[in-house]
Amino acid sequence: MREITFAVALGEAILEEMEKDPTIFTYGEDIAKQGGIFGAYKSLLGKFPERIFDTPISEEVIYGSALGAALVGMRPIAEFHFADFLFTGIQSITLQIEKIRYMTGGQGKLHLLLRGPDGISNSAAAQHSESIETIFMHTPGIKVIIPCTPYDIKGLIKTALREDDPVICFEHKMLYKTKGLVPEKEYLIPFGVADIKKEGNDVTVVTMSRMVHESLKAAEELEHEGISAEVIDLRTLVPWDKNQVIESVKKTNHLVVAHETWKRAGWGAEITSVVQEEAFDYLDAPIVRVGAKNVPMPFASPLQDFVTPNYKDVIDAVKKVLR
Amino acid sequence: MAYSKEFFLNLYKTMVRIRNFEIMAEKLFLEGELPGFIHLYIGEEAIATGIITNLKKEDFITSTHRGHGHMIAKGADINRMMAELYGRTTGYCKGKGGSMHIADFSIGVLGANGVVGGGLPIAVGAGLGVKMKKGDQVVVTFFGDGASNTGAFHESLNFASVYKLPIIFVIENNQFASTVRAKDTTSVENISDRAVGYGIPGITIDGNDVMTVYETAKEIIKRAREGGGPSLLEAKTYRIKGHFVGDPELYRDKKEIKKFWLNEPIKKFEKKLLESKMLNEIEKKKIWEDSEKEIKEAVEFAKESPMPSKEDALTDLFVNDSGYDY
Repeated sequence: MREITFAVALGEAILEEMEKDPTIFTYGEDIAKQGGIFGAYKSLLGKFPERIFDTPISEEVIYGSALGAALVGMRPIAEFHFADFLFTGIQSITLQIEKIRYMTGGQGKLHLLLRGPDGISNSAAAQHSESIETIFMHTPGIKVIIPCTPYDIKGLIKTALREDDPVICFEHKMLYKTKGLVPEKEYLIPFGVADIKKEGNDVTVVTMSRMVHESLKAAEELEHEGISAEVIDLRTLVPWDKNQVIESVKKTNHLVVAHETWKRAGWGAEITSVVQEEAFDYLDAPIVRVGAKNVPMPFASPLQDFVTPNYKDVIDAVKKVLR
Repeated sequence: MAYSKEFFLNLYKTMVRIRNFEIMAEKLFLEGELPGFIHLYIGEEAIATGIITNLKKEDFITSTHRGHGHMIAKGADINRMMAELYGRTTGYCKGKGGSMHIADFSIGVLGANGVVGGGLPIAVGAGLGVKMKKGDQVVVTFFGDGASNTGAFHESLNFASVYKLPIIFVIENNQFASTVRAKDTTSVENISDRAVGYGIPGITIDGNDVMTVYETAKEIIKRAREGGGPSLLEAKTYRIKGHFVGDPELYRDKKEIKKFWLNEPIKKFEKKLLESKMLNEIEKKKIWEDSEKEIKEAVEFAKESPMPSKEDALTDLFVNDSGYDY
């Protein structure tokens, strides 16, 4: 095991799969010569010049062309520049990629991966600071993966590049430079398998992405107060690991769901509903959700800090659920 | 260039097959036999026929909501098409798509599309894939005058031009974007003028003259196949029928439609064939009768085919759906 960054682990996954599979190529804005706005592709600079290339700022055609390329046998990795900008080309995903296999009666294999940065970052403001993964949990037809450690991104991206279904990967922009242990030996992480990032007995915290780290920090503080929180990182949102969540709730009898996206109708609402539908009898208190306040992200830091959920919100939520 | 009688008759037969399919689809819809929406290609048959006759089976097309003609010209099975209109399990999409989503990837039809402009980015991707694989296929993407006003049009033409992709962009200018006249909503009279902005050839032709369509397409397809990059071809025609079957057509005078019936592509070609003795009345009668028989048999096939069972609604979303919660 060695310690590498999230971005390097992503690069390793792509490179290893490209070496094996000549149909893989990757394209998007600012990736080939710059290595990505947040350095996601820095470790790929100069590699496979014909298969890693920059594109015009044309989000609708970047995603839509991934679909066309997959239909003719390629395995494209299309980068969205910022998750926010998915909305500018969203018809290619929600009306085409998600639907074409189903509406043609199961014709074709849509082995394509859309990936790119999302999440709140310092004063990037309303159009560059969103987490919008819930949209793709709500609309059927694409798998959603959201790794938060170098180990997870490498294993999940490698799985995504062997899938025959479309996958979208959200990489929180504040995570690219974070480090973690990654084995040199090859490994894959299956979709739909959550990872217990910290075991605990008193309360279950279900979370993803940057909020996993906030939740771990919260759990550490809570430990000092004698509260044992179990932190479950779903890792993939579609499909999500219902079984592990319910098993944990059966043990702790308390649930907090914490995400960075807006609290209102965020994916936490779905997890909450399913748990109360299927494990109500195991709950000792109402489930509590943590999410961003329901406004576009403001610019000035006191405003941004107020809207953005953090470890303190998780602590408050845990205390509320255990009250 | 000299063409054989067989060549001419094949063009004619394809147009007749499309026409008869559409006449039957219209009749069945009006009788309440078919659910959903049907958009007819009547009067536009020369475009699909003239262009696709130049293609190989391995070549790709993307189609539109008005897509039956493209499917038939590309060699689709009429039985399976009709069964899809009926929503049966034997249909191309097993009853999940209907008229607007007919596709047969195995013959290179990468889908009709219910979204105006939806096919263009897909065609760009197919062209990109072909180029990366160093294949010699071409991709033809059909769309209307309406789609030429979408953002997808701009993004796709620029992208295809930048990477010199083997794509033919075909505007079927039938003069109506849904119920609104193209001339009232489009900045130029000839939409192919927009090609200049992408540094690619742009040509406007009479889309009701199948030989003009065939010969023009032949050149630009050759160019694309040889690595010369994309072209924009505008085939002008007229949508004789409403936007969809059942369209009240409040936006136009019925007299106007009559005038265009005189210039419809099948009659126009037929006249030339009869005059040049490439076709006689007996042959003509047989071609129409054979085609009508084929369509009637397709209707029988569709009606005898089973309806999907409700459980089928939860299949075909993913190749591997383990863990997915329906």
